[in-house]
Amino acid sequence: MTAPASTTTIDASAQLSASLVARFPDSVTADARPGFSGFIVKKENLVEVATALRDEFSFDLLSTVTGVDYIAENKMEVVYHAHRTTGGPGIVFKTQVDRVDPIEVPSLINVWAGADFQEREAWDLMGIKFTGHPDLRRILMWEGFEGHPLRKDYKEAFYEEDVKPYKSRWPEGNHTYAEFKNPYRDNVKLPEGFSLDNYQPQTEDQLYFSLERSSTKNDAGHEKEMGDHMVVNMGPHHPSTHGVLRVAVELNGETITSLKPVMGYLHRNHDKIGERNTYLQIMPYTDRLDYFNSMANNFGYAVTVEKLMKIPVAERAEYIRVIMAELSRVQNHLIFIGMLINDLGSMYTPSLYAFEERELILDIFEAVSGARMMCNYFRFGGVVRDIPDDAMQKIKDLVFDRLQAKTDEMERFLNENEVLVARLKDVHVLNAEEAIRHSVTGPCLRAAGVPYDLRRADPYSVYDRFDFDVAVRYNGDMYDNYLIRFDEIRQSLRILEQALKQIPGGPINSQKPQYQVRVPAGEAYGRVESPKGELAYYVVSNGKPNPYRYHVRAPSFVNLTAVETMCKGVKIADFVALLAMLDIVMGEVDR
Amino acid sequence: MENKYEGLNLPSYNIPEDIQNVVSITTIDRLYNWGRRWSVWPLMFGLACCAIEMIAAQTARYDMARFGMEVMRPTPRQADMMLVSGTVTKKMLPSIIRLYNQMPEPKYVVAMGACASSGGPFKEGYNVVAGIDKFLPVDVYIPGCPPTPQALIAGMMKLQEKIDKQSIKRVRWYEKGKVDSNYVPMPILGPDLIDVRRSKEFEAAAAKKEGVA
Repeated sequence: MTAPASTTTIDASAQLSASLVARFPDSVTADARPGFSGFIVKKENLVEVATALRDEFSFDLLSTVTGVDYIAENKMEVVYHAHRTTGGPGIVFKTQVDRVDPIEVPSLINVWAGADFQEREAWDLMGIKFTGHPDLRRILMWEGFEGHPLRKDYKEAFYEEDVKPYKSRWPEGNHTYAEFKNPYRDNVKLPEGFSLDNYQPQTEDQLYFSLERSSTKNDAGHEKEMGDHMVVNMGPHHPSTHGVLRVAVELNGETITSLKPVMGYLHRNHDKIGERNTYLQIMPYTDRLDYFNSMANNFGYAVTVEKLMKIPVAERAEYIRVIMAELSRVQNHLIFIGMLINDLGSMYTPSLYAFEERELILDIFEAVSGARMMCNYFRFGGVVRDIPDDAMQKIKDLVFDRLQAKTDEMERFLNENEVLVARLKDVHVLNAEEAIRHSVTGPCLRAAGVPYDLRRADPYSVYDRFDFDVAVRYNGDMYDNYLIRFDEIRQSLRILEQALKQIPGGPINSQKPQYQVRVPAGEAYGRVESPKGELAYYVVSNGKPNPYRYHVRAPSFVNLTAVETMCKGVKIADFVALLAMLDIVMGEVDR
Repeated sequence: MENKYEGLNLPSYNIPEDIQNVVSITTIDRLYNWGRRWSVWPLMFGLACCAIEMIAAQTARYDMARFGMEVMRPTPRQADMMLVSGTVTKKMLPSIIRLYNQMPEPKYVVAMGACASSGGPFKEGYNVVAGIDKFLPVDVYIPGCPPTPQALIAGMMKLQEKIDKQSIKRVRWYEKGKVDSNYVPMPILGPDLIDVRRSKEFEAAAAKKEGVA
């Protein structure tokens, strides 16, 4: 059950580059801007090139679609990152269009279905129209919202300056309330001359029309019998949607015939605030993405910026990072199991077992970083402070003596439980093909039989030094999805044991502590295996103290693309469990 | 001698010795507040990161049940207290207000964490409401990002103290002639979030802006 080792060589990428340009001499050119990599594809040939990349060059997994607004050059760029599920580095390709509305780019949804939500997000926030996308509605904001917020010329209501630190705050620090500077005295921005008298808010018809209504007309042109069909809205306030997700479901009796997730109820403008922040100021914001795993989020961001800065990481810090990330994975999967069983109807008891262990791990996080959940622990080049001796002892006790036994105990209590098995076994989640097509990563992909784990497929940090297996299971049903979490906990414990034995002494940061880091111009795409899947950051720097573009590829958000495929034809009671399988966190879905 | 936490009895009143174990003398307010303070049922309603600490506070280690607050109700019709646990976004706000309007009196609102209190680190965002108190009457603010379970329990105890001081005659939901004082009108999601209570103000500001331009 071991994934093939990656063959990362510079020759391979040069070879790929040559063969791709040779294949499409007219439409593909290498991106020659300093610090940038990848290819620039002509808009007209985008679908053709993408299809070739998928079929001929076997880049079967689309990782990211996002836009960059180069306002000075009057260009809008769409950036795609694709990877191979067999491992190895990915490919970056971009297409550039003039920044004149309507900005139109062909949709790649027919090549990679995983582009669906990401293209909708780019339309919502950047105003890039993807022609050929069947359901291009706003996704994070509501229909009727004015403007596309991630464009560089969009100024929010509490806009003060383009970049931080704001002159009013630093160095003198005599700022006033943001409300006092706004004509509406609130976080509100209305078009000029707006009046409520003749204003009609947009309805949600578009959403309900996007459901594949079974009431469509039959051949004779008559409305077909609707039968028991009805539309039910689950959420945003619903106990089993794991936060503020809303799902519009069309039901035939108890069977789901069509559904659409509606999100954005926790859209906290992570990207926009990130582009105003300095590089270091973003670090605490990443904590709040996937709020179960702030360590994993920090990890991804630190890896990305270090790539851009081209600095090494202190040896001891690498091990500390791995220890923290794996502890984080253990507690995440424990909570997953507890919450899944909660959703299945066994309220509280199993999740109390999970929370007991989680509290012990959070104690360690608190000891090293000062906060239970929002750790803000990583720095560029290392971590912020060393592990205290007593905390180190606690970690050792936990890893060597306790967690293994507790995992066994939970498995003993739960795995053979008749009700659990009856609910989970043979309920299909995703098969390998569906999962890859929808860009699903993480445990859901591995439970479908694809051993794709970035710790092995494209190793970062010091993961190549540890002896561990990539957990993989082959049925792709809910029971496998549930068991693979236990497998991953065991593998994490294996890594932890080795890391604790091997951890060297020495400094914990290769750099001097500094508030303002120097980041050369260029782009970087850093990805880590977060407990939810592939967590990636795309950062574009123009050499200034703030990132020019900062985008998060959140695994929960992209995994949610598959929910429609997963849930068609299942009973509504299973839908709750299927949603739990994706292990989504709304902080990460909506950002 | 008086200890308001100890019991219902008014200690100053002399009950004849032979019926001391049978009869208690108290005021309506005391009885009423005693009943409410130990059965504050929160709405099972999580918004963001703070909701995870709210769950942690319910678990065995912190055990909020000690204070009569463990009965989470998923329906607002059975809840006494809304714990706004996380960032309030403009898109979510109408749902929150609808939930609040559906809660029966007496009802309380606790703003948990920096975001619910003021917008917190996300205040500058275009989709963030800078504090739930712009729309709902907040009883207790709990600082922290997120507040630890201990801080949450301390905030809950502050709410209990507040309940103790209330009088059935003066609480706003039983006041005569103020039937609708608890109803918050639904905001509109237009080009931006519009607080209908301030719509005239907004229109004036929008017109003025046009004049300047």
